[in-house]
Amino acid sequence: MALNNQWHMVSTIVRRELRDASRDWRIIIPILLLTLGFPFLMNFTAQRLVGFATRYGATLVANQLIPFLLLVVGFFPTSFSLVIALETFVGEKERKSLEPLLATPLTNMQLYLGKVVAALVPPLLASYLGMGFYLLGLRLAVGWVPTPTLLLQTLLLTTLQGVIMVAAAVVMSSQTTSVRGANLLASFIIVPMALLIQGEALALFWGQHAGLWWLIVGLALTAVTLIRMGTHIFNREELLGRDIDQIRLGWMWRHFWEGLTGRKNGRFPTPLTWYRQTLSLLPSLRLSALATALMIVGGLVLGGYLGQQYALPPNLQARFLATGDLSQVPMLAPDTTFAWAWTNNLRLILLQMLLGVFTLGVLGLLVFAVPWVMLGYWLMQVWLAGGSVLTAVFALSPHGTIELIALLIAGAAALRWHVIFIAPLQQQTLSERFLTAAAIFFRLLLGVVLPLLWLAALIEVNLL
Amino acid sequence: MIEAVGLGKDFEGFTAVYDLNLNVPAGQLLALLGPNGAGKTTTVRMLGAILRPTQGTARVNGYDVVAQAQQVRHAIGMLTEQPGLYLRMTGLEYLIFFGRLYGLPDGETRRRGVALFERFAMPGEEKRRLGEYSKGMQQKVGLIRAMLHDPAVLLLDEPTSAMDPHSARLVRDAIRGLRDDKRTIILCTHNLAEAEALADRIAIVKKGTIVAQGTTRELKAALLGDPLLKLQLDRPLNGQLDGLVQVEQVAGNVVYYRTAVPETTNPQLIRHLTEQGVGVISLVEIERSLEEVYLQVVSEVG
Repeated sequence: MALNNQWHMVSTIVRRELRDASRDWRIIIPILLLTLGFPFLMNFTAQRLVGFATRYGATLVANQLIPFLLLVVGFFPTSFSLVIALETFVGEKERKSLEPLLATPLTNMQLYLGKVVAALVPPLLASYLGMGFYLLGLRLAVGWVPTPTLLLQTLLLTTLQGVIMVAAAVVMSSQTTSVRGANLLASFIIVPMALLIQGEALALFWGQHAGLWWLIVGLALTAVTLIRMGTHIFNREELLGRDIDQIRLGWMWRHFWEGLTGRKNGRFPTPLTWYRQTLSLLPSLRLSALATALMIVGGLVLGGYLGQQYALPPNLQARFLATGDLSQVPMLAPDTTFAWAWTNNLRLILLQMLLGVFTLGVLGLLVFAVPWVMLGYWLMQVWLAGGSVLTAVFALSPHGTIELIALLIAGAAALRWHVIFIAPLQQQTLSERFLTAAAIFFRLLLGVVLPLLWLAALIEVNLL
Repeated sequence: MIEAVGLGKDFEGFTAVYDLNLNVPAGQLLALLGPNGAGKTTTVRMLGAILRPTQGTARVNGYDVVAQAQQVRHAIGMLTEQPGLYLRMTGLEYLIFFGRLYGLPDGETRRRGVALFERFAMPGEEKRRLGEYSKGMQQKVGLIRAMLHDPAVLLLDEPTSAMDPHSARLVRDAIRGLRDDKRTIILCTHNLAEAEALADRIAIVKKGTIVAQGTTRELKAALLGDPLLKLQLDRPLNGQLDGLVQVEQVAGNVVYYRTAVPETTNPQLIRHLTEQGVGVISLVEIERSLEEVYLQVVSEVG
């Protein structure tokens, strides 16, 4: 019954949106042209291409280009989902027709789902129809039929691209109050999509079907992430609470500074209280610490695998064992100064922090994994040379254990900050959530991570 | 029916509303007055469970606006500052869409919609596209949308803005009818005459909080002093009113005086003057508009 009611509300929104879109010639005419006209143009192109290539005995080239044209035929109508989504999300905000909807018993999720489905259905149907026309034309003209795998992959890619564009449009629309602003922000969607199509074209041309499956998995994960983000962002508070598009640096700095220093009602806490508060933040990092720990394990395993696949020549491996020369180990440098040892890890942390901010933590995590891949690689060389991995680990452990803890905390805090859009805190706006998480990262960096790295560097320089 | 205690709302460091207290019993109409940006719309949005308060609590029709937001939204009808209609839909399609969101059967919505269109002097117009309506008609459709599900509480933000005098009167009559029908109403308006004519109580909001609240009479008394009366006699006075009323001014045979309770004081005064042999030509209360009160409050506080 509850599910029925949920669906009733969602379908009410969908039907209204579809009816509205069907009455807008600016949407209908281009979609019709792309569905009914464009496939025939691509058919014509494909036939010319096959004829031309066959004359020079390059049938293979033509055959590899045909699937790409199928992808293009599917993509063009799908790209309209972005236009519809921006119009339905930001356009409503701009025309002030969203507020009456928000005053109804609709839940945020029902409204979100209704609008997403409505933005997706017409372009996707047009895409499928266009692809059908294109394939039918090819079948009749040159007798070309796609393999079931290729057809499935193309359909999945087209669908996922549509979902990503719509989900991303929702995220963009939360950051602006005008369609003009949304169109400016749309380049953040269009540019990656253009790059993606180029990547898909390459994979199709080279017949990299396995690569396409990986791409589909990647796109599916991106779609899930963006939808999750959208469901958090698309709420009454964010939609009506943000009426301006300006950056307020003063307010941002104050919010961050209060989070960092613990300043409340104009008063700073004592150093001891600040430290207690900082340490009490650690348990909240459990989940992100787990993800970070998995990256360490994954990095070590990958490093080990690469070490086996691309082993060093035996004479280099032997150097590790015969001389015990730890300077060969990428993560160790016994002749280094204290400052170098201390700042080495700090550089890694800052790089992870910077790259992660723009990529929802993805590049940050990859950077974080690099040293562990290197360590895994080195340990594998030790093992291949007949040495004891355990001894090698013991050699690293006095300061390595402390570094591990410090990097784990920093990595977890950075990750939590970077993915805050996906799993936001309650009772705060998006900007507040972002700034609070940033303040927590720097607080832990100053209060816990840097002192630990200092201790590790001290041990590394004096004991090794 | 509508109760707010210490209600407040911060937007990323900007305080839109703070320490706002109000109580509107069932069947009463409270007018919220205040300059642009005073916090009226934010208050209404919080009471309508659209925005979540950052301080304080509020209950509407017995439901908490945070914990029972869905129930609150079911119980209220809201007219937003701009009607925000879907201009490609016809009036009836639009109402049926909203009726479905409130769980009304289409037939029932159609029946109510047609009746409300007639009530607001727009018979037959429900079949036309909303984009073809005048601004005033669009505002009326917004009000019809708010009334469609027969809510116990109405939150009306500028219901008569952009309307011609005839339409505005129709809407005011409808609001009066709703109030007489024991609906609880909050009305945000810049139209002071409208507020005075419709409201049981008035609250003046400035810089995010209520700075004056009460009936029109209470507000006038509190801010402009007791009612001022003009008494015209058949001859100049000679100290006959000493001790009876607070005389403000005497100009020949015209006397201006104040009294907190005219209904008691005036009969006594006339009786006294008659006994003294002084003839009363006229006695009128000097009209003091809500505008005076409003301007005084808005310019005075903070």
